[in-house]
Amino acid sequence: MSDITITERQAGDVTILDLNGKVTIGEGSVALRTTIRRLLGEGKNKILLNLGSVGYIDSSGIGELVSSFTAVNKEGGTLKLLNLTQKIQDLLAITKLLTVFDVFEDEGEALASYN
Amino acid sequence: MSETREITLPSLIESVDEAAQTAEDFAKSRGFSEDLISSVDLAIRESVANAVKHGNKFDKTKNVEVKFADVSDGLEITVRDHGTGFAVDDIPDPTNPENLLKSNGRGILFMNSFMDEVNWENHPDGGMVVKMLKRR
Repeated sequence: MSDITITERQAGDVTILDLNGKVTIGEGSVALRTTIRRLLGEGKNKILLNLGSVGYIDSSGIGELVSSFTAVNKEGGTLKLLNLTQKIQDLLAITKLLTVFDVFEDEGEALASYN
Repeated sequence: MSETREITLPSLIESVDEAAQTAEDFAKSRGFSEDLISSVDLAIRESVANAVKHGNKFDKTKNVEVKFADVSDGLEITVRDHGTGFAVDDIPDPTNPENLLKSNGRGILFMNSFMDEVNWENHPDGGMVVKMLKRR
């Protein structure tokens, strides 16, 4: 059984990835990396990660969020985060990454911020 | 039920889940609180992941030994790998601005954040030993 499912939606030129499951060392982190690389290869560089259904994340998963962020930036795009769980918010606070990511609780607001 | 439990795990990613499950089972059997179990979960996962990945470097001939103990202060967890060891003080602080965008190096920070005590030492026979305590 896969640790994570990633569902892709398009809202204008923003690609929303709904993550469901675990973003941890191994499969979960690799799945996110593969998806981000594919999107960048397709020229889709405005990406919104919906983490509302991520039940678990570890340091490897946090590292993958950072890698995704820098990879998208490098291609001239923007990666933002939507619907942080309390746990993820705590971990981003501990790592001081809340200062790095643009974080939203409302999908509409998040989409509007790309314009 | 014993006051300690020891398991030996192979150098596989799957060992992370196995260690976390054993930690939860042990903590529950000893009557530790759900809050404590939740805090310990991430620390045990990070420590075993470190041991498998950075310590044993996924070497199938090397194991990771994990010991859980119900001690007077709380739950004590010891994780030993069979790698070449390292100096904890040499690990860069991942919260320094120049390190914020690095993709790794946050596991030890999480262990320190979620446990009350974390001590590292080189084992005399090789490898690293990390001993962590979560007070009850």
